[in-house]
Amino acid sequence: MNILVCIKQVPDMESRFKVDEDGTWFDGADLAWRMNEYDEYAVEQAVQLKEETGGDLTVLCIGPERVKETMKKALAMGCDRGVHVVDNESFKKDPFAIASIIAEFAGPKNFDLIFTGMQSQDRGSAQVGVLVAEMLGLPCATTIVGFSFDNGVISVKRELEGGVKAKVTASVPALVTCQLGLNSPRYLTLPNILKAKKKEMLVIPVADLSKTQALEETTSLYFPEKKGTGLILEGDVADLADQLIKILKEKTAVLA
Amino acid sequence: MKTLLVAEYREGKLLGCTSELMAFAKKLGSESVMFLVGSENALPKFAGKLYLADATTCGEYNPGGHKQLLLEVIAKEKPDMVVFSHSSYGWDLAPRLAFALKAAQFSEVVDIVDGVPVLPVCNSKLLRKVTPKTAVTVLTLQAGAFNLTDEPTGSPSIEKIGTAHADTGGNLVFEGYELAERGGVDLTKAQVIVSAGRGIGKPENIEIITRLAQVLKGEYAASRPVVDAEWADHNRQVGTTGQIVSPKLYMACGISGAIQHLAGMKKSEFVVAVNTDKDAPIGEVADVLVVADLKAFVPVLTEKINNL
Ligand SMILES: Cc1cc2nc3c(=O)[nH]c(=O)nc-3n(C[C@H](O)[C@H](O)[C@H](O)COP(=O)(O)OP(=O)(O)OC[C@H]3O[C@@H](n4cnc5c(N)ncnc54)[C@H](O)[C@@H]3O)c2cc1C
Ligand SMILES: Nc1ncnc2c1ncn2[C@@H]1O[C@H](COP(=O)(O)O)[C@@H](O)[C@H]1O
Repeated sequence: MNILVCIKQVPDMESRFKVDEDGTWFDGADLAWRMNEYDEYAVEQAVQLKEETGGDLTVLCIGPERVKETMKKALAMGCDRGVHVVDNESFKKDPFAIASIIAEFAGPKNFDLIFTGMQSQDRGSAQVGVLVAEMLGLPCATTIVGFSFDNGVISVKRELEGGVKAKVTASVPALVTCQLGLNSPRYLTLPNILKAKKKEMLVIPVADLSKTQALEETTSLYFPEKKGTGLILEGDVADLADQLIKILKEKTAVLA
Repeated sequence: MKTLLVAEYREGKLLGCTSELMAFAKKLGSESVMFLVGSENALPKFAGKLYLADATTCGEYNPGGHKQLLLEVIAKEKPDMVVFSHSSYGWDLAPRLAFALKAAQFSEVVDIVDGVPVLPVCNSKLLRKVTPKTAVTVLTLQAGAFNLTDEPTGSPSIEKIGTAHADTGGNLVFEGYELAERGGVDLTKAQVIVSAGRGIGKPENIEIITRLAQVLKGEYAASRPVVDAEWADHNRQVGTTGQIVSPKLYMACGISGAIQHLAGMKKSEFVVAVNTDKDAPIGEVADVLVVADLKAFVPVLTEKINNL
């Protein structure tokens, strides 16, 4: 099995964001970065499949120098090699442009299976995986919460609304987009972290793979107007508890 | 301006998003036609033209086939925008269609201002306005972002399309549905719910939450990551893929307030959030936001309530 997993580095969502000078994206300085949560499930599933079938697993990430840190995590989880597509402006690229780069890389490599997250936490577009599949002419199952592989056929469960799942099969080559809860992403062990440092990291300048233009552009990024009329309480926990009890007595009947 | 609204259908039922699509078209001020792979026995209330394909012959899950049908309708109607719900049907099909049309796609649209779509970034902590570089655009709408003030009325004029489209643009085979697990607690009846989010940090800390629920004579619940990590049972999950609750008091502890969680609890009468992040989006729906470490604050609160 020749497997590819695509990961994105995203800011920690608990960060205090600032709008950048252009007013079109958030300022990347002073943010803590991590692997897109959905992609952790994608990496775990890819590693499990590789362990089962004894294949070869590549992890790909498009972004600036700092994404190497996140890629190391994927390598420590069990990916065999990293492909870092170096792009300092990747945050400006729309899903179509990002997918085109991935498809350009993956096309000639004939991967049997490609894993992506169902969406990225910052953009939340849920497009890149499906677009890559369309570009490569692969069957694509989105939002999977169950996965198995047998004899060239994948069986997946797509999560629908209301707790219902759709059972879908496809023969490889194929692409799947992974949803939260698909598996339990493994913890890193020290030996594996050390091993990861020795793994191959291919570096490709984005210009070598970027053959298309974005189809859309962000014209402005801004903070939502606070609509919440809620009260914000800060301070010592004992005081806070007294204040909250008083409010609950006045505004609700639950302490009566 | 003309929009093509894509309605949804599953297992004999029209899904609930049709009126949100109509509300969007109304806010945009566009004329609209509708598309549905469904059944004549479950038609939307829509006073306009409906292109209807039969789900029994075209398949409920057949993205390649549905894409072909949509392309035929689009060639005829030439809409400026094709509008889906941001649902398991919409986010699956929309990019396939956008690619075929070479159109820009905007996902999870929350507003439209002077014709410009507004999209959330980073868990709705930020918003962005976007401009397409293509004439036609494909949109998916965030659930609950667009609402009609009045229930829609009228019945559609139907144009039947699509006999059989087996082609799925690959070899995806739909093998049937797996139904929701039933049983366990019914959170919809609870008057008080204390809910644990990823902010509890580790499984042992779920007790901090269950004890507060106990002294408040309510139920405990959880956000999705807590359930996915198996720190709580699935039947305790609140949100779009869990239960929709409306208690008198909902306490969200260590929950950021992602849209899929809010969709499950925003009808609660009174909402208290406990969070270390003052900017957490849960603050938008909370009546009171207590900025504190839940591990320090909740046990103190529990003790004080217990002693009342
Ligand atoms: C299709 C789909 C369906 C989904 N369905 C659901 C659903 O039904 N229900 C659901 O909940 N989610 C659902 N999700 C996931 C959702 O998008 C979020 O990922 C999830 O709700 C986040 O859960 P959380 O708030 O507990 O975790 P996080 O977003 O990680 O937030 C943790 C919060 O805890 C705070 N915190 C950290 N430490 C402390 C501390 N010591 N004291 C106090 N606060 C602290 C942080 O500031 C943060 O705000 C769905 C997602 C998708 C794509
Ligand atoms: N810069 C990137 N590098 C590699 N993979 C990416 C990148 N951006 C998005 N992806 C993949 O595409 C998925 C969906 O992203 P999105 O369409 O932006 O929501 C992510 O979960 C990743 O698997």
